[in-house]
This record gives sequence, structure tokens and C-alpha cells, in this order.
Amino acid sequence: MQKIKREALISRASELLKNGTVDRVFGWKRGEFDYDITPALFHSADELEKDFVWGSLCGANFSKYLVKEAAAGEGKVLVFLKPCDSYSFNQLLTEHRFPRDKVYAVGVECAGMLDAAKIKAAADGLSAIRETENSVIAETLYDGDIEFKPDDVLAERCLNCKSKKVVAFDEMLGENGEADASARFDEVEKLEKMTPDERYAFWQNELSRCIRCNACRDVCPACTCEKCVFDNPESGAENKAAADSFEEKMFHIIRAFHVAGRCTDCGECSRVCPQHIPLHLLNRKFIKDIDAFYGDYQAGEEVGMRAPVVNYTQNDPEPGDVVGGGANG
Amino acid sequence: MQRIGVFVCHCGTNIAGTVDVKAVADAIKNEPGVVFSAEYQYMCSQAGQELIKNAVAENRLTGIVVCSCSPRMHEATFRKTAAAAGLNPYMVEIANIREQCSWVHKDMLTGTQKAIILAKAAVAKVNLNTPLTPGESPVTKRALVIGGGIAGIQTALDIADAGFKVDIVEKNPTIGGKMAQLDKTFPTLDCAACILTPKMVDAAQNENIKIYSYSEVTEVGGFVGNFEVTIKRKARYVKEDVCTGCGICTEKCPQKKVPNEFNLGMDNRHAIYIPFAQAVPKVATIDPRYCVKLKTGKCGLCEKVCTAGAIDYNAKDEYVKEKYGAIVVATGYNPISVDKFDEFAYSQSKDVITSLELERLMNAAGPTGGTLLRPSDGEHPHTIVFVQCVGSRCDACAQKGKEYCSKICCMYTAKHAMLIRDKYPDTDVYVFYIDVRTPGKNFDEFYRRAVEEYGVHYIKGMVGKVSPEGKKLKVQGSDLIYGKQLHIDADLVVLAAAIEPDKSARPLATMLTASMDTNDFFTEAHPKLRPVESPTAGVFLSGTCQGPKDIPETVSQAGAAASKVIGLLVKDKLKGNPCVAHSNELMCNGCSTCEKVCPYGAISYVDKEFRMPDRTTKVRRVAVVNEAVCQGCGACTVACMSGAMDLKGFLNKQIMAEVDAICK
Repeated sequence: MQKIKREALISRASELLKNGTVDRVFGWKRGEFDYDITPALFHSADELEKDFVWGSLCGANFSKYLVKEAAAGEGKVLVFLKPCDSYSFNQLLTEHRFPRDKVYAVGVECAGMLDAAKIKAAADGLSAIRETENSVIAETLYDGDIEFKPDDVLAERCLNCKSKKVVAFDEMLGENGEADASARFDEVEKLEKMTPDERYAFWQNELSRCIRCNACRDVCPACTCEKCVFDNPESGAENKAAADSFEEKMFHIIRAFHVAGRCTDCGECSRVCPQHIPLHLLNRKFIKDIDAFYGDYQAGEEVGMRAPVVNYTQNDPEPGDVVGGGANG
Repeated sequence: MQRIGVFVCHCGTNIAGTVDVKAVADAIKNEPGVVFSAEYQYMCSQAGQELIKNAVAENRLTGIVVCSCSPRMHEATFRKTAAAAGLNPYMVEIANIREQCSWVHKDMLTGTQKAIILAKAAVAKVNLNTPLTPGESPVTKRALVIGGGIAGIQTALDIADAGFKVDIVEKNPTIGGKMAQLDKTFPTLDCAACILTPKMVDAAQNENIKIYSYSEVTEVGGFVGNFEVTIKRKARYVKEDVCTGCGICTEKCPQKKVPNEFNLGMDNRHAIYIPFAQAVPKVATIDPRYCVKLKTGKCGLCEKVCTAGAIDYNAKDEYVKEKYGAIVVATGYNPISVDKFDEFAYSQSKDVITSLELERLMNAAGPTGGTLLRPSDGEHPHTIVFVQCVGSRCDACAQKGKEYCSKICCMYTAKHAMLIRDKYPDTDVYVFYIDVRTPGKNFDEFYRRAVEEYGVHYIKGMVGKVSPEGKKLKVQGSDLIYGKQLHIDADLVVLAAAIEPDKSARPLATMLTASMDTNDFFTEAHPKLRPVESPTAGVFLSGTCQGPKDIPETVSQAGAAASKVIGLLVKDKLKGNPCVAHSNELMCNGCSTCEKVCPYGAISYVDKEFRMPDRTTKVRRVAVVNEAVCQGCGACTVACMSGAMDLKGFLNKQIMAEVDAICK
């Protein structure tokens, strides 16, 4: 499925290690299973050869890891950026969260990432996932190999991919594509068409599954506060979130507000959610509304952009103006 | 734990009429922290304040809640009371149970319930209050006056007279404003130029006054006592300090077909021009929209004839940065466009004119040399109809015109009618009016003279239609007193167009963070008690930018604004507001969001070393608030997602406590 092969990434990373451009490499390695890929830090060509993995299950966005790692070592750290990741990369630079000169960024062409949960649901006893040019093959304990068309098992964020363009890189592996946000809000529009009761029922059903594991927050590249308001008894938000059965909704709604205008729509929150809650749809609704009010804005498109919610222009709509919105305004 | 006293005010019957004040005082007794509660008829009176002081001493109070009117009214009063009783003034909270409760409720029961809830919220906040101490900031001893009409000139002269430096920024090539265009002034009929131009000269010659003509304010930063203003000096292509104002260039310039805005387009001027003979500064200006040299590169005649060598075709807009302690807005007014009023045929006939155009037609320096002639054929008009309230006192739903009364039209129309009858006794003058409003010293006598001595026909009723037919204007109007329709064949129709604030006022208000009403008039800090101050500290209002007014009123308001400015500039230090933002460095992640939303530029960033739990050190970028610049608006506290930024006196947890108390 991915056009760029594992070997191309390893050989480029090894070269950069060897010539001293970088002294460590962010990459992916196998986790408990083939299909659960984990971020890892590599220090040598040998380590890379042994454990480095690249494929359509390598969803993890490394941008946030740079907040801690970039300034931690002597030399530069190499990071592979898929198009989605590069927007987070720029947004974090806008917020001064890591020093750019301590990072060497290699852009990687991306054909979309798989949703392992979709495959797991359709393939009982899943043991491994293989990819060929045009199909995804699930090896199972009971039913042997099951073949999927990539489109049937792609993550929702990739089905409605917003951009194939890597917006930040020192060098590029493969072709750089173009941004195309045309299908991005399809799912949001479906939600907007619901009546308030239907929509409430939808989110009640989704959010009531939340176990407050905080994975969405911990993975989110927009959530890089020194101390999260949910971990801070002084903030007043912490005990609000835990008040009663409303807890999960408050948590996710507060979180969506905190990342509004800064969320680049990388979709990591939905990818890591163990309960498969489509959390990115909350953020996409915010993005859609911000676009409707203030004109199209893509967080992280360039470093130093001012999000419309923290900017003032004389053309801003007045409070109370209604632009677009759902079936009920 | 605080020891809080709660003081409930009756405000006569203002509060006690709808709120059971005794029930409020009783109900609040059991709130956490409250050790004393009382009610009194007028808490702001001497006796009421004594009651508070005694209660503080007797009950060893540490905090005070006053349930009374809006904090804008008496918060300062009660803070002083607290200070006199030995408390920190910021340990006082006001629960507004008048404007936000008794005045909006009719039912005693709901009013009382709401008052109790508001009092509880204030108590919850005081429980978390801490003493605050204001900082001090210096005062730049220089004032800025924006607008060089009679309002701006008078304000500048009065400030300069007190010994302070003052700059006037005027967007036109000359100061003088609308008054310079007027012929005579009511109610004394002295000539406008004779009383205005000496003041213009005074302003130009005063060593404390600097005039930036043909200039605009483009940026305002800072705060009261310390404004930093960027002034754009538009390229006039003539060196101001070299030009002698001889006027030869304005005669030789071959481009003579430029509509003369000083005469409202009723005649033409040259592309290089001096607006009028008494202009200040008396220097020429090239209009780049019409100058052949600037447009095509050919010509250059003015440069050749200028013996002083003042012409500079390569001039560019210049930006000047200057510091000011106070800013006076005097941006003035314009008549509204009457094009929308089709019924009066303004755009169909040249002989339907506005009152300001009539001023020019009657002015000795005007396009007709002061002889009243019809614009269409230059003949003497023998029947003149004045239409009052064109665009004034309109229905809100009418979409054209203004709801308010423009105030000056009744008087200037009486003046026009009187002058015409005086100079041309063979002329019939009709005035259609809704009401004639003449409050003001010698105003009604003036109007009555027009009717009784000069025989002006005043007709109560409005004109329905004006239709040009041949050389005549058929005017159809109703006479409400006789109850009949009138048809008048008029030679000239004069429309008393409503006045509106100058278009430059709205963007200026944004720059100054000063508030405006729906009509774009600047809002006063208090409509009765602080009429020349805007709610933004250090910004003052002079003239018609605040509301319609005539010349005597404008001049007295200009003087009032000047006295307020002088009162500010004589101070060496200003006590700041201690309710300013503060960043918790341990939580700040240096993202710059607060810096971006701060309208005052009060936030900057520093790299600071922190000791980590494992005894290492780490350098982090954190926000620092300049407390002298911070105005305590709180924009940064809501933008900060970490909750690192907080506002002293309005801490997030204090607001939360208030909300919790209300929702309990």
C-alpha cells in the first residue's frame, strides 16, 4: 500500500546517523502484536535494521514527542513526518514548544493509515496483517487469510484525508501531494443534520463508553501544557470533570474547547481511543464552525499563523451572528 | 477564614420597593464567613458609611459585601470607606441588587430571591479575596487632539493655555472644520469666519500647539498617561515648512476641473490648492487623484512657478510616533447623504440643496460671492421652501435616516430664513417643520423674530413630494394646523439634512478601545456626571463626536474636555489598577497565545531556568506581564488553556466560586 518502502527510510536514517546530521531517530517498532505498532527511539543503524517498521499501521504522530526529546540530546533528532504529522509539527513550532534547530525532519509520502479495529472486528483470531500493492491481508487463527480492499479498512480520518502535502520538512521521501479538504466535513455534516435529541443520543452513546484513560489527551499534539487543567486541583476544571455521570462529556467538551483553533485535525485522538470513540469529529465540528465564521483556516499550515479565535480583525462577525451551523442553526 | 460583613442598602425605594432588604440581610447571615449583616436606607450616605466603619471595628471584619447599586456608581465610594476603616480597599465586593435586580423585577418575591443569590455570590467571592496594592505609572505631559474643527481647536487652546504641549491631528489640509464653511452663526448673526479664523491663527502661533494637518491617526497603543500613537502624515507633495502660501501655483495649475469640496462641489478648484484664503497652515496641497504630473509624469508647471522651491513630487506618506498622556476625540460630524430621499428630488434637480450648501451659496467667499443664486441657472430665487428633519427623527424601521434629533437644524433654518428675508425682502420663505425646538439662551427669541419680524411662513407639517417641472419645483406638503394640502411653486428647496458622526470615528474608536452607541456617537463615561470622558481612561470627548450640538455647546464642552485633560496631565504619577493579570510560571508553557490576544501589548516572554524534581535545571520560555501596561481586561486568562494566566481580584477560582454560589 505505502509507496515508500521500509528500506528507503532505514537507509536514509542510517546515512544521517552516520554523517552526524542526527544522533537519534524517531521511528516505529512492533508492539505486542504485528498490528499494534509503537513509537520508539533508535540510536544506530543496527537498531534500525533490527526493529524499525514502516507500513500502513504506523499511525503514530511524532511531533508531540519532540516537546520532550528535541532539547534532551546533544545533537539533532530525526523525525519522519507524514502529511498529518507535519501540520502538528508547525503548530507546535508556532507555540514555541520545541527548538526547530534541534530537529531534522524527513517528510514521507503517505497513502493513508489502516484502522486496526476495523480489521479486528471483521477477522476473528487476528494474528498478523500483511500489505500488498492493492490489498490488505489479515492472517487469522481460524479462517486463514482474509483479504480486504484498503478503502474498507482505512481509518476514517484517512478516508476523508484533508491533505497529502507535507508542510514542514528538511528533505522529502517520495512525492509531495496537495491539500484537499473537500470530504473532510462529510461526517460532521451528517451529525449536523440530526435533531438535537438524536445528536445528544449519538454522543451519549459514544461518550458513555469513555473510561477516562486520558489516552486521547496524552497523544494529542495540541495538549502540551506543563500541567493539564484536569491534573490541577487549582484549576476548578478537575473536580468539575469528575462530578457525576456527566463526567466524560465535560472532559471531552472542555478538551475540544482547549484545542479549538489549534487542533490540526491529525486524528490521533480517535486512533488511540481504546473504546473507538470518534473524538476527532468533535474537533472537526469546531474547525468547520471556525471556517464558517472567519474563513478557511488550517492550523499548522505555516509557522507563526494566528488562529482566528485569538485574532481580531474588523471583519470578524459580531457576537450573535449565525453563520451556517446545523439543521437547527 | 474571612470575617465578612454584609450591608444591604434600601436606596430609598429604588431597591426596597421590589426587594425585601431585611429578608436579604437575614438570609445572608448564615453564609460561610459572614459574621455581621445589616440594612440601611442609604448606605452611600455619611451615616451609612459610618455604619460600615463601626461594624468593621466592632466585629473585626476582614471583608465587606455591599448589596447596592452598580459598582460603576459606588464601588469607589465603599472602597474609600473600607480604607478609612483600616481595610484593604480591594476586600470590598458590590452585589448589584439595583440595576440588575430591583429595577428589572416587578415581583417582591422573585426580586428578593435574586438579591439573596447575588449577595451569596459576592460573599463566595470575598471569601477568596486577598489584599491588593496598586502600582504607579508616570504621565507623559503632552495631549493629542484628534480633529481640528472648532471643538479640537478650542480644546487644544485651553490645554496649551495651562502650559501643556498639545498636538492637533487633522485629516484635511487645513484646520477649521465645518465652522469654516458656515456663513453667519445663530443667535447673534456674527460671521463664522470672523470668530473662527482668529482662533485658527492662535492655534498655529501657540508655541505649545503643534498642528499635524493632512494627517491621520493609524495606531494607538499604551494606556492612560502613556499612550503611544502613530500618525500618518499624508504626502501633500509640497514642503510644508518651505511653502509661503503665495498661491501662484494654484493659479497656474492647468488642471482646473477638480470639484471643490470646500464649496461642496458647487464650483471647481485646481489640482494644487489651498482650501480657502484663511487656511491654517496656509500651504498648498497637491491632490494626487487629479495632478497630471503625478498621474502621467508630464506637466510640472507648479514646480516651475514656485519661487520658494516647495514642490516635491517624490514625497511619500510619513509615519510619526509620539507619546501622549491624554487623547481628546473631536472628530465632528457630516450631513447625511440625502440621495436616498427620492421624494425631495435632491438627485434630480440642482435647485434642491442641503442647508450646508446654502451656507456656501450665501457666503461671501462661496461660489456665488455671497449672492443667493439658483445653482441651475444662476437666477435669483423668489420662493424658497425649507424642509426640516430630513433624515432626523425617523422611524427605526425606515432604514434611511436617523432616529435622533439633529438639534441644530431648527436654529440654522431660522437663521437662513431670516437672512434671506433681510437681504431679499421680495422672497417668500416657507419652512415645513414637525416641531420647532429652540431651547437655549436667546434661541426662542431668535426664532420668534424670524416669524414675527421677518415674516417667514412656518408651516407645521411635512413635505410629501418635490417634483421638478420646467424651471419650478412643485412642492406638495401638508399644513396640519389648517388641515389642508399645500402646493407651492418653489424656485429653491433647502433640505435640513440630519447630521451623523464622521466616518473616521468608528475605526478610531476601535483603535482607542473607546465605546460607541448604535449611531456611532462616542459614549460618555456617565451621561450626566462624566459627559466629556469616555469610559476608556485617558480618552476624552469634545464636540459633535459625542452627540449633535451647536457651536456654543461645542465650545463649552471643548473647554470641559480640556480641563479634564489638564487635571490628568498635572499629576506626576497615576495610581494603577491592581486588578492585573499574573502568570504562574510553573504552569506556563510559553505558547504565546496570551501575548497574541493582549490588546495592550502588556505580555512578553523570557527564558527562565527552573529546577526540576530530579535536581537538574531546565530552561523554559514563560510569560511575564508588565503590570503598568496591563488594563486587567482578562482576555489572556480565557485564552490560556493551561490556566497559568490569572487576573488578580478576578481569579478563575473566585469566578467559579461565584458561579457555584449562584447555581447552588
